[in-house]
Amino acid sequence: MSQWLSAFPFLTPYEKPFYFVILGILLLPSIFASLKGKRLGGYQAFLTLFFLWMSFGGPHRQQGFALIAYVVWQLLIAASYVRYRQTANRGSWFYLSIFLSLLPMILIKVLPLYTETQPLLYFLGYSYLTFKSVQVIMEIRDGLIKELRLRDYIQFLIFFPTISSGPIDRFRRFTAELHQPPSSEKYVELLGKGIHYIIIGCLYKFIIGYVLGSQLLPIIQDKAVNQGFLFLGSLGYMYTYSFYLFFDFAGYSLFAVGVSYLLGHETPINFNKPFISANIKEFWNRWHMSLSFWFRDYVYMRLMFTLIKKKVFKSRIVASNVGYFALFLIMGVWHGLTWYYIVYGLFHASLICLTDAWIRFKKKHKEKIPSNMATKGLSIFLTFHAVCFSLLIFSGYFDTLLKLFFTYNI
Amino acid sequence: MTTKETVLDILESITGSDEVKEVLDMDLYDEGILDSLGTVQLLVELENQLDVTVPVSEFDRSDWGTPQQIIDQVVSLQG
Repeated sequence: MSQWLSAFPFLTPYEKPFYFVILGILLLPSIFASLKGKRLGGYQAFLTLFFLWMSFGGPHRQQGFALIAYVVWQLLIAASYVRYRQTANRGSWFYLSIFLSLLPMILIKVLPLYTETQPLLYFLGYSYLTFKSVQVIMEIRDGLIKELRLRDYIQFLIFFPTISSGPIDRFRRFTAELHQPPSSEKYVELLGKGIHYIIIGCLYKFIIGYVLGSQLLPIIQDKAVNQGFLFLGSLGYMYTYSFYLFFDFAGYSLFAVGVSYLLGHETPINFNKPFISANIKEFWNRWHMSLSFWFRDYVYMRLMFTLIKKKVFKSRIVASNVGYFALFLIMGVWHGLTWYYIVYGLFHASLICLTDAWIRFKKKHKEKIPSNMATKGLSIFLTFHAVCFSLLIFSGYFDTLLKLFFTYNI
Repeated sequence: MTTKETVLDILESITGSDEVKEVLDMDLYDEGILDSLGTVQLLVELENQLDVTVPVSEFDRSDWGTPQQIIDQVVSLQG
């Protein structure tokens, strides 16, 4: 038994092709039931526990304990808040619940600034689970979630195909599917799409993403940093990194969505040809969509609602720009407490505010501004480069350059 | 003024387009006429002028995407 256990392949989600082999075999009973329009609730719960054990057991068992503690913590907060909310609706209890729900994430991000070791609370995917937990508290506040069945909430939080990096699903959407499995016709369609997504995902992540990220990037970085091709090398690094990031993350997202489909869950898609966007706002409707929609719905729009209703700013334009800076600053901090993530956020906020100003200007001077294939092409070209530059900031490349610069000069 | 007229007036003043009154099945988001900011303004005005409260998280673009859909939603919330 212990020998068998030591040979057991503990893998993070979609880490290696072998993960898919196990997935393919164990998914079969669930697929057959779904083809008949049924959902094997108990078996799917077993699958979740099995795959979570695979990713959070063995060498990662510390993370497994942290995950369990995290889920219990969030259950306590949500269950208490939903009970409170049935009889009262004070803002202070809402904000307290949000704070407590965010607390594990805050600690995981802040503690490493003071200690060398990884906090005991850490587990892979903690920040994505936080999006789900906070969302539920907000919808309880809005009266959209009136009762919280703990079993549903647990399944929503630890749904294994999306546990490590999303896409971030919505609670009401997920639970509706949990209780109303897709019809057999609908499932045939999902099955086809799901398999297709997984195959495309392999191409994106294991082939294109691998070649760009693990093979090309180090060579280009070396040329740029050590061999004197600073400008051209950096430019090459910017393009390569941008495409690497897209193929790696879009590939992962396709796995997550594809496997969800096989389980009869229509997890939202995360990428929709982001590099053909004609402006930054369109880009955020196509890039890491479940994250940007989360920020749109739960941060930007809520904040704007308060700002506009209470007339905090005379000008709606100012209010909107404040909202964008708040959104992207939070997004930057969420990525990590590092200067380049925060600059990345501020850069995007500035771009969006400029885009809005340009859109307003264009509306006023409709007749004078040409709009044709060439201007559309130019917009896409400019947007693409603004985005790639922001991703270069995000990559930490400038951090590497600065550190090198200072070590040579001291 | 009927609910329908009020909703259309609000939409017109937010979007600055009179098309919203003529083409009731136009997709406001696909056409780029309404965005997040416009949506929030819409929700605030619905609350001020019609006393209809729509939580931001209730707002789903696929159910609130055209002028007609918005009118229907408001009417059903009033009922």
